[in-house]
Amino acid sequence: MSKFPEHIAIEKANPTAVLDWHERFGDRTLIVEAKQIVEVVRTLKDAFGYDMLVDLTCVDYLPRRPRFEMVYHFLNVESKARLRVKAQLEESHARVASLMEFYPIADWFEREVWDLFGIKFEGHTNLKRIMLYEEFEGHPLRKDYPKTKRQPLMGPQN
Amino acid sequence: MPELETLPEVKAALPPDEPEFQQKEMLLNIGPAHPAMHGIIRIQTKLEGELVVESDVEIGYLHRAFEKSCEESTWNQAIIYTDRLNYVSAPINNIGYCLAVEKLLGIELPPRGQYIRTLLCEIARISDHLTCVGASAMELGGFTVFLYMIKGREYLWELIEEYCGARVTTMTSRVGGMPYDLPEGWLDKCTWVVKEIREILNECDILLTNNRIFVERMENIGVMSAERAIAWGWTGPCLRGSGVAYDVRKDFPYLVYDQLDWEVPIGRRGDNLDRYLVRMEEMEQSCRIIEQCVAKIPGGPVNCDNKKVVLPDKKDTYGNIEGLMNHFKLIMYGHGIRVPEGEVYFPVEGGNGELGYYIVSHPDEHSKDGCNDRAWRVRCRPPCLPMVAGLHEMINNYMIADIVPTFGSVNMIGGELDR
Amino acid sequence: MSELIQSPTMDMTRSLSSNVMTTRFDKLLGWARKYSLFQYPFVTACCGMEFMSTACSHYDLDRFGAAFPRFSPRQADVIWVVGTISHKIAPVLKTIYEQMADPKWVVSFGACASCGGPYDNYATVQGIDTIIPVDVYIAGCPPRPEAVLDGLLKLQELIQNQKHEWK
Ligand code: SF4
Repeated sequence: MSKFPEHIAIEKANPTAVLDWHERFGDRTLIVEAKQIVEVVRTLKDAFGYDMLVDLTCVDYLPRRPRFEMVYHFLNVESKARLRVKAQLEESHARVASLMEFYPIADWFEREVWDLFGIKFEGHTNLKRIMLYEEFEGHPLRKDYPKTKRQPLMGPQN
Repeated sequence: MPELETLPEVKAALPPDEPEFQQKEMLLNIGPAHPAMHGIIRIQTKLEGELVVESDVEIGYLHRAFEKSCEESTWNQAIIYTDRLNYVSAPINNIGYCLAVEKLLGIELPPRGQYIRTLLCEIARISDHLTCVGASAMELGGFTVFLYMIKGREYLWELIEEYCGARVTTMTSRVGGMPYDLPEGWLDKCTWVVKEIREILNECDILLTNNRIFVERMENIGVMSAERAIAWGWTGPCLRGSGVAYDVRKDFPYLVYDQLDWEVPIGRRGDNLDRYLVRMEEMEQSCRIIEQCVAKIPGGPVNCDNKKVVLPDKKDTYGNIEGLMNHFKLIMYGHGIRVPEGEVYFPVEGGNGELGYYIVSHPDEHSKDGCNDRAWRVRCRPPCLPMVAGLHEMINNYMIADIVPTFGSVNMIGGELDR
Repeated sequence: MSELIQSPTMDMTRSLSSNVMTTRFDKLLGWARKYSLFQYPFVTACCGMEFMSTACSHYDLDRFGAAFPRFSPRQADVIWVVGTISHKIAPVLKTIYEQMADPKWVVSFGACASCGGPYDNYATVQGIDTIIPVDVYIAGCPPRPEAVLDGLLKLQELIQNQKHEWK
């Protein structure tokens, strides 16, 4: 198994950016430093033509540390190359740079992650809840949020 | 747009110190419960006359915690929640989810199972497109088309019902196999239904494609360029309508799509009419796929031969102790299908575009073998969320009445949009 | 109509009896109302697909005098709550119900509207009867079109037999 070209190029530009990589189940994956996600994505978009952000999500690995993992899926529509990029976040510092400047769709995906996981996106211009309502407290997809903890706007509590 | 000027009579009637009476912009709120919004979604628009100058889309009214529910149910139980993502084409969701888990387990179905899945996927795709085209035609006044297309969908759903017993929420698939083999005579009925669908498509084509009212309300309305569509993450018929030939079935083949002969239609202008034409042609292509599958489907088992994943035959469960134990092991709480740690992303072509499942299996604190009987995280990449996210680019600078056909051509499905 | 006809009074003439029938005004009103239901479908989710099927030519809701969807609550007699009601949409549902003019009826269509269905979680209302009163519940996830028609007949029966305010 040899390094992917994307990996080599990113390393050349930012030697400390890539922490790990693997190719399990045929999904090419890079694990990068969360603070450098913007530079990584810039390289991917400009030099490798990853012009579509297919998916952006987060996984909560409580009680592991670091707790959160951001997961980005990129696609090059022309050459049909796919790449997954992951970045790990500590609970105490659950914030990462927004990708809105590269991909407009990141706007809604990031709002969703903020809503359900409570990850802050720096540079996002309109970071508010998208699936739930403003009165809702907490972030339901975190593992420590009980599934049936309701916060109704009206009607009985349960 | 000309400046609105206060009439001299009005001006004279106004008290002299009143600021000039000028009203330029108006806020109009459409939804969340509006008949032309299929499902519940809210569009706030700023109008200048009848022109939409700004709009803001709000979603989330059907958030039903799909992802949280999947984390708390076993691998097979989660399939019922996938039904309710895109409820017009539930089999595609079921099968996509099962394919993703199977990828994680490293198993593959025997050919007959794969053909059955392909057949069901295409039936579901036709029903999805029929509903979309029919509903948007109805909103433009073509009620007949709607009735015809729902008639066609009814035939398809009867077919699905004959296979699995349900019409909408189908549960057509299990991890590692299919729940049933095809019933007797099903394939013949399938051929008959395809014939009926072709007839309906023909009729509707005559009713719509050369209909001046329909075409003038669709053509050059809601235009989206290919670059913007890609930047917004569009996939499926909407992206193809903008002229990008990206279809998961062709570019990342799964099931038996690479063994069949079919084509990917694309549009040129990226307007509503192109999206409509792409959908019509895709239904024809799906008919072709179904016909080929019916002709080619091999015999043999439908489930893979893996006792750790697939339930034994009822004959064995009731007939011998090995079968009974096998059944119990797979059903009992805390046992079930043991999926090793790992993560996969598996895209399939849903009715609205790339439907991807990102599934993480991760052992929890009770696990002794490093496996888990339920998903740690199931993320569904919603095909219609990007389209709705980019909707404002398609309705701004058009008339307010154009929101209806544009929104219809996006085919928003609340279940998969809000999950 | 036969159910409405009561035996004519003894001293009525023959011609009168063939032209006049007596019934309670309440019943007549019920009879008129049950066959001219203007409905407001509050469609949110998957159940809406079955509602569509029922309303179209295969199952044809029209046969029962209830095919006229009015998408304005102010003109509707019966609101069909079709699909999952989340906490975010609940205030909207309540508002719409309150906007409807009396007499009004509510049909809860499907498991989700009736009790939350498969969704017992933070986002979903566990049955719309915690928010608005419900007259008829239709079971199923989603209910088959036959079940929907049955529910409609039940509603009509209810309307026929209830006391009507008419002053
Ligand atoms: S009852 Fe079932 S089919 Fe109806 S809205 Fe709920 S989940 Fe969907």
